[in-house]
Amino acid sequence: MNGLTITALVKWVDHRLPIFSLLNEELNEYPTPRNLSYWWNFGSLAGIVLVIMIVTGIVLAMQYTPHVDYAFDSVERIMRDVNYGWLLRYIHMNGGSFFFALVYIHIFRGLYYGSYKEPRELLWILGVVLFLLMMATAFVGYVLPWGQMSYWAAKVITNMFSAVPLIGDYIVTWLWGGFTVGNPTLNRFYSFHYLLPFVIIGVVILHLWALHRFGSNNPLGIEAKGPQDKIPFHPYYTVKDAFGLGVFLVLFAAILFFAPNALGEPINYVEANPLVTPAHIVPEWYFLPYYAILRSVTFDIWFLSAKLIGVVLMFGSSLILFLMPWLDRSPVRSARFRPAYKMAFWVLVFDCVVLGWVGANPPEPPYLYIGQVATVWYFFHFLVLVPLLSLPALDRPKPLPVSIGEPVLKGGGAASAGAPAKPMEKAP
Amino acid sequence: MKKLSIGAAVLLFSLPAGAALAAEGKELPERDWSFSGIFGQFDRGAMQRGLQVYREVCSGCHGLRFIAFRNLGALGYGEDEIKAIAAEYSIEDGPNEEGEMFERPGRPPDRFPSPFPNDKAAAANNNGAVPPDLSLIVKARTGGADYVHGLLTGYAEPPEGLEILEGQNYNLYFPGNVTAMAPPLFEDAVEYGDGTPATVERMAMDVATFLAWTAEPEMEERKSMGIGVMLFLLVFTGVLYAVKRKVWADLH
Repeated sequence: MNGLTITALVKWVDHRLPIFSLLNEELNEYPTPRNLSYWWNFGSLAGIVLVIMIVTGIVLAMQYTPHVDYAFDSVERIMRDVNYGWLLRYIHMNGGSFFFALVYIHIFRGLYYGSYKEPRELLWILGVVLFLLMMATAFVGYVLPWGQMSYWAAKVITNMFSAVPLIGDYIVTWLWGGFTVGNPTLNRFYSFHYLLPFVIIGVVILHLWALHRFGSNNPLGIEAKGPQDKIPFHPYYTVKDAFGLGVFLVLFAAILFFAPNALGEPINYVEANPLVTPAHIVPEWYFLPYYAILRSVTFDIWFLSAKLIGVVLMFGSSLILFLMPWLDRSPVRSARFRPAYKMAFWVLVFDCVVLGWVGANPPEPPYLYIGQVATVWYFFHFLVLVPLLSLPALDRPKPLPVSIGEPVLKGGGAASAGAPAKPMEKAP
Repeated sequence: MKKLSIGAAVLLFSLPAGAALAAEGKELPERDWSFSGIFGQFDRGAMQRGLQVYREVCSGCHGLRFIAFRNLGALGYGEDEIKAIAAEYSIEDGPNEEGEMFERPGRPPDRFPSPFPNDKAAAANNNGAVPPDLSLIVKARTGGADYVHGLLTGYAEPPEGLEILEGQNYNLYFPGNVTAMAPPLFEDAVEYGDGTPATVERMAMDVATFLAWTAEPEMEERKSMGIGVMLFLLVFTGVLYAVKRKVWADLH
């Protein structure tokens, strides 16, 4: 009886607002390539961490005071006097680092398997938008505890806008809300730190919408040829994602409970002091490659100042990802079948690690020169290497498998070879 | 694949820590702390002796503004002992009915009073250098407790040719090697109530242990919770892996 009324209610609602049908189609039946590897776990993991960050952030905001005189003390109050405040804050603080690690892996997975290629260009672009929003959120959030590195990071990053010709200084004053980084700056950063995550949620919805239009790419990078190539999302990928989440949480908990400050800078436990500049101003690890690019330009070119070029290159290094679907013209998606591109990909990964290492060190020889070479290589990869390796003459693709099912199903090749080559698509 | 991704994450995370260590000069001697490791707990005796060193030596110049007397329960003191310690301090309170500030004996909810009313006064009394508040010092310095111990025991004769100005001191581990802080510890600077010989090494270890606690008073609770969480997650993840294998069995 009880079960019957609930079913009736669900039917009544669904007839007027088909939300249950939508959830069923997009989370339960949603046909997914059967060959997704664990590299496809990182999108859903990033989504879960986003929720963790928002929930802990909302609770922390209930105890935090955005004022230059009280911010640092209010964070210490959370750490010492609020029930489990230390747990909430350490989750939020380390959650930021893990969020970036997940998203970087997610992005590199997309680069390796050509997930940005037709028809998924918008999906990729929305992803880059998410990445930019996330970096902005992380930066303004890092300023809130009002430690030494918070303050000087705010100062260095906002000062970059002074490189804009003619109106640069006005822009910086406008950003600060005053003539230095002060209380109005902290207040607006807090406001943005609370606002941007909800903008991110909005773009995540668009990102998922675009994803579900054609479904996930897969390690082979070929389209599904028929029902035998796809499996329902639930239970196959719900359980695979759940296991991946477990592995992630083990790593997260290990840092969170046993080395919660290992990823941060000790100096940020000293309250902000505008009169004392720290010996080394360095960002968190996830911004180190950008910092290396910014500082690698030490010379003016014509009327362009070194600072301006550095800032343009730094922003350009992320913005260049927007162009990836058009820089890479190869019809083959997966690097598995593109030997030269595959090698270039791993060199790029290495290059980014080198940039990170350079960013953590002072901008002097030999780090400076290594950083300059790595910066040049970064842009060379995207602007020259990727377009060139699109040419079959330079990177001859290996033969592609006939279908997803063929290499997965043992002996299933004969059955799928006879199947009509009709992509199975499902309009949302 | 999984191993690869974990490897990549570990590689990314290990970068900045290594770089930060490399940036410092002379290698800090590493001490064996009661609170290091995932099962580490603060040595209560060392904490109580460290509190004594702080009160009798450090507190002349350094504040401890995030620590309230009530927090000393974590060192193993009872309510009456805490009241007695608090009462030894004079705390400014007010304004009273007449609008005047007044001094009264400390109570458990009060925090340790700082030795100087502001940074200017602190600098004026200390050769222009502001002695930092010690509440967070172990978290705020690369090397943590090892750094505090190294600094306190690292005073030495300056190398040949290095001119040390009046009121400055040579120290092996202070960044830049020249500090305005005179060597604070000497043999028997305090008389320990429990009869422990007050060597410089012992006092440095004790006060560093005490300051590790003031920086991370949640550490013991954090680690014990962490062990429970890790055990649960390892078992739970193992179960999830078994379920995954079973669900996928018909596909392979």
